[in-house]
Amino acid sequence: MSFTVPAKLEAEIDELISHYPQKRSASLMLLHAVQEHFGYISHDATEWIAKKLELQPINIYELVTFYPMFRQEPAGRHQIKVCRTLSCALGGSHKLHDHFCTKLGLDAHKHGLQTTPDGKFSVEFVECLAACGTAPVMMCNDDFHEGVTSQKADEILGGCK
Amino acid sequence: MSQEFRLILKDADQPGYTPDMECYLRRGGYDALKKAFAMGPRVSPDGGTVSGPEKVRKEVLASGLRGRGGAGFSAGLKWSFVDRKSGKPIYLICNADESEPGTFKDRQIIHKDPHQLIEGMIISCWANDVKLAYIYIRGEFPQGAKLLNAALAEARAKNFLGKNILGTDYDLEIHVHRGAGAYICGEETGLIESLEGKRAYPRIKPPYFPAVLGLYMCPTIVNNVETLCHVKHILTMGSAEYAKLGTPNNTGTRIVSLSGDVKRPGYYEIEVGKATIGELINDPAFGGGLRDGRKLKAVIPGGSSSKILKAGEVFKLNRKGADGQMTKVDVPLLDLPYDFDSLQQAGTMSGSSAIIVMDDSRDIVECLANLGEFYAHESCGQCTPCREGSLWISKALHRMTHGQGRKGDADYLVNIAQNIQGRTICAFGEACAWPVLSFVKKFKEDFEARGAADEARNAADK
Repeated sequence: MSFTVPAKLEAEIDELISHYPQKRSASLMLLHAVQEHFGYISHDATEWIAKKLELQPINIYELVTFYPMFRQEPAGRHQIKVCRTLSCALGGSHKLHDHFCTKLGLDAHKHGLQTTPDGKFSVEFVECLAACGTAPVMMCNDDFHEGVTSQKADEILGGCK
Repeated sequence: MSQEFRLILKDADQPGYTPDMECYLRRGGYDALKKAFAMGPRVSPDGGTVSGPEKVRKEVLASGLRGRGGAGFSAGLKWSFVDRKSGKPIYLICNADESEPGTFKDRQIIHKDPHQLIEGMIISCWANDVKLAYIYIRGEFPQGAKLLNAALAEARAKNFLGKNILGTDYDLEIHVHRGAGAYICGEETGLIESLEGKRAYPRIKPPYFPAVLGLYMCPTIVNNVETLCHVKHILTMGSAEYAKLGTPNNTGTRIVSLSGDVKRPGYYEIEVGKATIGELINDPAFGGGLRDGRKLKAVIPGGSSSKILKAGEVFKLNRKGADGQMTKVDVPLLDLPYDFDSLQQAGTMSGSSAIIVMDDSRDIVECLANLGEFYAHESCGQCTPCREGSLWISKALHRMTHGQGRKGDADYLVNIAQNIQGRTICAFGEACAWPVLSFVKKFKEDFEARGAADEARNAADK
């Protein structure tokens, strides 16, 4: 198997597993750790996690297909997630999503995650990010942004190296 | 005039206040925990002894604290259902999966004052003989998870967690567990499945009441972030003083998340029932009114799953008269006290205390279509009526907002929603049916007019 986990990551994973009386409980945390490192959950990664937790690969695969945050394909290096749900929609999230798509040459009406051909950016709509008072809100990787105007959106894009 | 009353968020927005342990300790942090540990056993009048933890449980019950997550169930009663004789470990899980559209209160606590939550959790764990607890935080709060992990490390270093906490014989460990973008994990049995490393398919009750058969089939308590914070304040103030806050049967304070078409959206902590919906929307201390020239159209009072209220509606509420008799009184929407019971009597719920305001510039069909898409996306897919129905609803609403409405769509939507509610394992069925039923009932003319117009136009185009 070509898939290898660096020792540092494996140590982190072993520590995570120790938080639970039953290994299987660590599945989501392992998927997060692996996705953070490799950018997505490959077939080999699924098998590796299953083996690590003494499970069948299907036990991990069914999580990857159920939880929206896990990906089976690489996404852009900078992932832009615009909140789509009601309060943000009232606050202009569709305009914001359109703005990103236009700027990056993506189709604003296409469903799901879209990545620019150079692999730098991904844009997608996500459901409520729990900051409805400062709509529209978005995330760029782990960073959270509130009250995002077109100008602020351009600054965020400009800050992505 | 009503004002904010900050108990939970007293320190969070103070200048210079950081999520660090030092800051928290300077403001009396972890004193409530020390107070709890000092509550020794007491001999009751009938000769039996009441242990310290039992006293804390009684305090929480006496405080009248109701769960701040959505159901508004008595926290003390929930704790009283825990099977303490099974011989199995008891677990406590903090539900930090804040994802009900409109709600952003737990975010404030987690990001600005994580130690308050941790102290509330430690007290709650001690009171319930819990040795291992988890904070289930939604995946979209990566910074929150980091902050909580840092705060937990600080608490371990100070021996507020770990072995023999503060010289007692009590051991406790708390870990952070991250979700991964599924709304259904906010449902407590779905959350437990997810914490066990599975798909978050809610469990059927009976028999799987968490208090008896929860995490790893052991007795489990699942409480919301804000609820656990209140436990700390109940200890500090004493249940009698705490119960003076708010209104009878609706005690304490509550953080209201206000969003949508108001001038000052944001989070406002109030004494429960001491502000009306009208005050929350219009007072300068709260929402500051609608945008200039706009009129109120509708209010979603308790998160997207609660039934919508239409501007101008008048509700019949039970009120105790001077003679002590209960009478029905007419209360207009804007005069509805913002509490658990009044909203329930108005046919809706205060849910997660998230108010979404819509003004007269809003297209009500578009608003419902937005929510329909949310529920279709978030149905876990376990029960057929919800899995299929939520999608049918969303498809019909998508059609209606794309020029393909039909006259019969209003009835069609109601028919689907009625076939979801009550026919599913968990309350998501109601959560996705109620917006549809209430939107269509209260704005039927909007739905029918749109369907009729689309049909007429499409017929003319043929």
